[in-house]
Amino acid sequence: MFNVVKAELRKLRRPTLFFGTIGSALFFTGLITSFIYLMIDSPQGNGDRGRTIGREVLTLASGSVNGFASVGGFLGIIALCVFAAQTAQEYTYGTLRNLLIRQPGRMKILFGKFISMMLFALVMITIAAFVSVGISYMLAPGAEVNTDLWFTTDGFQAIFSTYINVTISVVAFGIVGMVLGLLMRSPISAISFGVLWLLIVENLLIAVKSSWQSWLPGAQLNAIASGGLVDLTYKHALAVGGIYVSVGAIIASILFVRRDVAN
Amino acid sequence: MTNTAISVSDLSKKYDDRLAVSHINFEVPLGIVCGFVGPNGSGKTTTMRMLLGLITPTTGQGHILGEPIEHPEKYLSRVGAMIEGPAFYPALSGYENLMVLAKLGGFPVERVQQLLDKVGLGDRGKSKFKTYSLGMKQRLGIAAALLPDPKLLMLDEPTNGLDPEGIQEVRALLRDLANDGTTVFVSSHLLSELEIISDYIVMLRKGEIVFAGPIGELMAQQQPTIIAKSLNEADLVRIVEISERAGHHAVIRDDSVHILAEMDWAPVLNRAAFEAGITLAQLAPQLPNLEETFFEMTGDK
Repeated sequence: MFNVVKAELRKLRRPTLFFGTIGSALFFTGLITSFIYLMIDSPQGNGDRGRTIGREVLTLASGSVNGFASVGGFLGIIALCVFAAQTAQEYTYGTLRNLLIRQPGRMKILFGKFISMMLFALVMITIAAFVSVGISYMLAPGAEVNTDLWFTTDGFQAIFSTYINVTISVVAFGIVGMVLGLLMRSPISAISFGVLWLLIVENLLIAVKSSWQSWLPGAQLNAIASGGLVDLTYKHALAVGGIYVSVGAIIASILFVRRDVAN
Repeated sequence: MTNTAISVSDLSKKYDDRLAVSHINFEVPLGIVCGFVGPNGSGKTTTMRMLLGLITPTTGQGHILGEPIEHPEKYLSRVGAMIEGPAFYPALSGYENLMVLAKLGGFPVERVQQLLDKVGLGDRGKSKFKTYSLGMKQRLGIAAALLPDPKLLMLDEPTNGLDPEGIQEVRALLRDLANDGTTVFVSSHLLSELEIISDYIVMLRKGEIVFAGPIGELMAQQQPTIIAKSLNEADLVRIVEISERAGHHAVIRDDSVHILAEMDWAPVLNRAAFEAGITLAQLAPQLPNLEETFFEMTGDK
């Protein structure tokens, strides 16, 4: 499986893909983190869906990672796109047959792909975390936010736990992308379906009936990144999101192992 | 230690109600070039895919290098293959594409440049795959198939898109590999090419084996033809009559008479024609080639 990881990393380190993805991640990280501080007094709010994240929240020990937690969902969507494209392209290019001739263990291919993309996602998350905390620290004085508690023991603990939560969420989004890629066998279809569902369909459904937020997959993964929401606890999101991801991964793995490679 | 590279018994593949491959049986000995021929849709690629573990047979068994095809992990490290054309990542260079496969298979990375040189892509290895011509893509596919230094090489239409010089190079390469002990199992629609390089032929038609064995045996089964041409077209009918009287079937085709007869009957015909006052412009015994045999056996023409 180590050979699969090495082979996959050669594909992922392609400059257009690597720098393009990291660039997108940094763009969203910079934008969302900056909004929190630059629009702190805006009556339209400075957080997701018009939420207001006030000075009293930002001055807490966990204040440095508010921006990073907010950007978790976007990082997840980027991961979904990358994981889906990297998986489905093997079908559209016909390269899956090359991979399976060189490594007939299909689960090894799948796990190797997953591990390599997870490493890729970790690099993206780590850079985004540094950039978000850095931007927060730079913009905090201008927004009159006290940063004294940010780099205390509690502050570092908050940074670490948010990093873990965002990583769980982003990797779960990535697995969803992989599952869609395996099921649809076309990068365009997989990405379109995934992004439309997460950004539009789920929001519409939640707007129609707010209680659905507790059961829709994208909402669970977003809540995990934020460490839980007011009306959606972290534990519930982790359990429901985990079930969605596990069931999807099991079905897609069985299909991948058993399906004929006829293209 | 087995002496067969490929052994197939009662192998079938059914898609819905259609049998793409129907209960085929054949063996390919080690160390030879075996041509795999059949019309489009006859099941060649499906058979190759089953042998490579990419699709599951509906019935039957197969063995590659002595190992059952249910366990491709036991033999694929010794098998090189290119099926249904070269498939690579368009945004990666030829070199990077081969590196992906070299890393995946755990092969020495030094082989990548050596193989690029071997297939004539040494100076284009750093170019992106999407910029390659069809011939260059085909060469890269052959290089990828050679990565494991294979005991068995399975190639599906390897000369597609190659110019005459490229075709000659591939032919020489396959012959060299066979001389070095590699078994080459190759499908091609260029039957004249296969006839030159193949020791063995497996012929498929509508998913069934029409012939499997040494190419000499196949040719020996075919009746030789004598082609006779006269200066006077009216004499062609008389040549047919002379042939038929001697018990040889003859037909007029393309301004000449095609007579099913052994080569040694040609001088007899020459004398008979002379005695009948016919001047022959051409009298050529001709052994059937693979193409004619193929069309005759697969019933495509």
